Amino acid sequence: MVDNLKRNIKAKLKGDDAEEKIYVFQLFIVGSSNVSINAIKNFKSICETNLNNKYNLEIIDINEQPQMAITENIITLPLLIKRFPLPEEKMFGDFSNTQKVLEFLNITTQYKK
Amino acid sequence: MENEIITSTEATKNGTYKFDLPKSLTGIQGLDEITNGGIPENRPTIIVGGTGAGKTIMAMEYIVNGIVKYNEPGVFMTFEEKADELKINVNSMGLDLKKHIDENKLFLERLHIDHNEIQQIGKFTLDGLIVRLGLAIDKVKAKRVVLDSLDTLFDGYEKKIIRSEFKRLFGWLKEKNVTAIITAELEDSFASQFRLEEILADCVFLLTNRVHNQIATRRLRIIKYRGSCHSTNEFPFVIDQNGITIFPDVSESPQIIVSSEIISSGIKQIDEMLDNKGFYVGSSILISGPAGSGKTIVAASFAFNSSKQKRTTLYCAFEEAPSQVIRNMNTIGLTLEEVIKSDDLHFYYSRPTLKNLELHLIAIKKMIKKINATVVILDPLTNIMEENINSDIRSMLVRFIDYLKMEQITVMITATITTSSLELIQSNEGISSMVDTCIMIQEKTLKSVHHKFIYVMKSRGINNSKTEYEFAISSEGIKITPLKLDLLSENGFLSNSSKVSKGFGIKA
Repeated sequence: MVDNLKRNIKAKLKGDDAEEKIYVFQLFIVGSSNVSINAIKNFKSICETNLNNKYNLEIIDINEQPQMAITENIITLPLLIKRFPLPEEKMFGDFSNTQKVLEFLNITTQYKK
Repeated sequence: MENEIITSTEATKNGTYKFDLPKSLTGIQGLDEITNGGIPENRPTIIVGGTGAGKTIMAMEYIVNGIVKYNEPGVFMTFEEKADELKINVNSMGLDLKKHIDENKLFLERLHIDHNEIQQIGKFTLDGLIVRLGLAIDKVKAKRVVLDSLDTLFDGYEKKIIRSEFKRLFGWLKEKNVTAIITAELEDSFASQFRLEEILADCVFLLTNRVHNQIATRRLRIIKYRGSCHSTNEFPFVIDQNGITIFPDVSESPQIIVSSEIISSGIKQIDEMLDNKGFYVGSSILISGPAGSGKTIVAASFAFNSSKQKRTTLYCAFEEAPSQVIRNMNTIGLTLEEVIKSDDLHFYYSRPTLKNLELHLIAIKKMIKKINATVVILDPLTNIMEENINSDIRSMLVRFIDYLKMEQITVMITATITTSSLELIQSNEGISSMVDTCIMIQEKTLKSVHHKFIYVMKSRGINNSKTEYEFAISSEGIKITPLKLDLLSENGFLSNSSKVSKGFGIKA
């Protein structure tokens, strides 16, 4: 199934869109708490398995850039913002549910089509 | 005289145990009295209540009072109303938030939460909120923090996580050495699922807004106050243009000072009926009689005389406009303008229907404080009461009269009773048991001539006259004369009089 998915994305990226679709993410965490570490681990592994390295992930520690909490209106952490492709979308948590993350990234729905 | 009051007050005083818990003064009228000094310092307090119960205003007053009265900057985080709307809403109460924000004493922020826009996957923390609170607290060096309200946060998030996260947040607030107020809607789900207030908060207030007889009464109850004694009673409170005022319990008021100083009624003959004295300073006097019997004249004479003696007098008119009272009193030779000009007489005028009794009493209280009144006239009190005096109104009046007593303010109340309602005078008796002196005016028609009679029903601590006198009003003022013998022998008078006497239950 994962292979199918990969193939589908590849086809999608190469076929329909001439330009390669690159996902841009920002992941906000705080310090090195368990939840933060889990979130980074989980999300990275989902991206690696499903996005074929066509992604850019920036990890931001709110403790180092506290002003970002205000500019991005952050209340819950860890928080992931998908900057590209548009529309921008947000999700928060430790991303322990792979299926839900894929749904959020609009990957399974594309596959089903 | 009044021995029973003194002893009961002393008993409650001795029964009260003082705790040495550090407290943060709210500056909200009455709240610091019922909590014995405010909310627990550096700890969270939760205010629960339904929509429109006054949670946000109470929280905002706590913050603004901190800035204005105690030089403690504050942070106000709202999840609900737009920050701009909030500014306008509280500006209408005279709290100028913009000024405090500009002076860096107040940090006001709206945290927008839209659960449709953002999805939760797995475990999370509220660190974003904590980081922002930290920034806000450090920016204004806050000592006071408000989170308004929790429900928006609870909605949609996983309850178990939110609960443990709030526990962490509360702990963090304590470490930050700030006193926090958190507001929450009162919902069954909230109360039953979280029990947050019971476990996490040290102090919980419940605000309710009940409508009874078309009059809404707001009430505050202290559900919990860890480490401090508190009253379990419900306290009525009002919100007006000056903010929140809570009515403290009578039993918690300090000992009433009893004066033996005498103040003249302003009418020589009435003073004569009162053992050639008059009224005690700080006592309460009721003038009762049917419409048009001259109660306002008695009250105005008293007001004129006391203001002439440089006792600042507040005349609360609920029936006639002040200009009307002034004009009418001129016709009997009371030149009220004179004492108004010298600032010794002030008027409070409001149509009874405009506000409910509580609001009237608060407005009067505020005016008393403003002008430092020592004599207050309520003319007529019956107008601002409902037909049937219920226990709520009665206790409100008792509290008000007690307050006046404590402040050593002499109060004269007039009350209207009509001849037809003589049998239904419960409300009147209700008032008369609260007052120290009770003067009755009655009307009788004898031989087609209308006569008025006056007598002192009771006067605590004064050996008053027990006789009825004839009471007449002319352009020279009030004339009180002994009853003429020929009137006494007339048909019907004695029987009428005895009937009335029974009705009023003249004291032995």
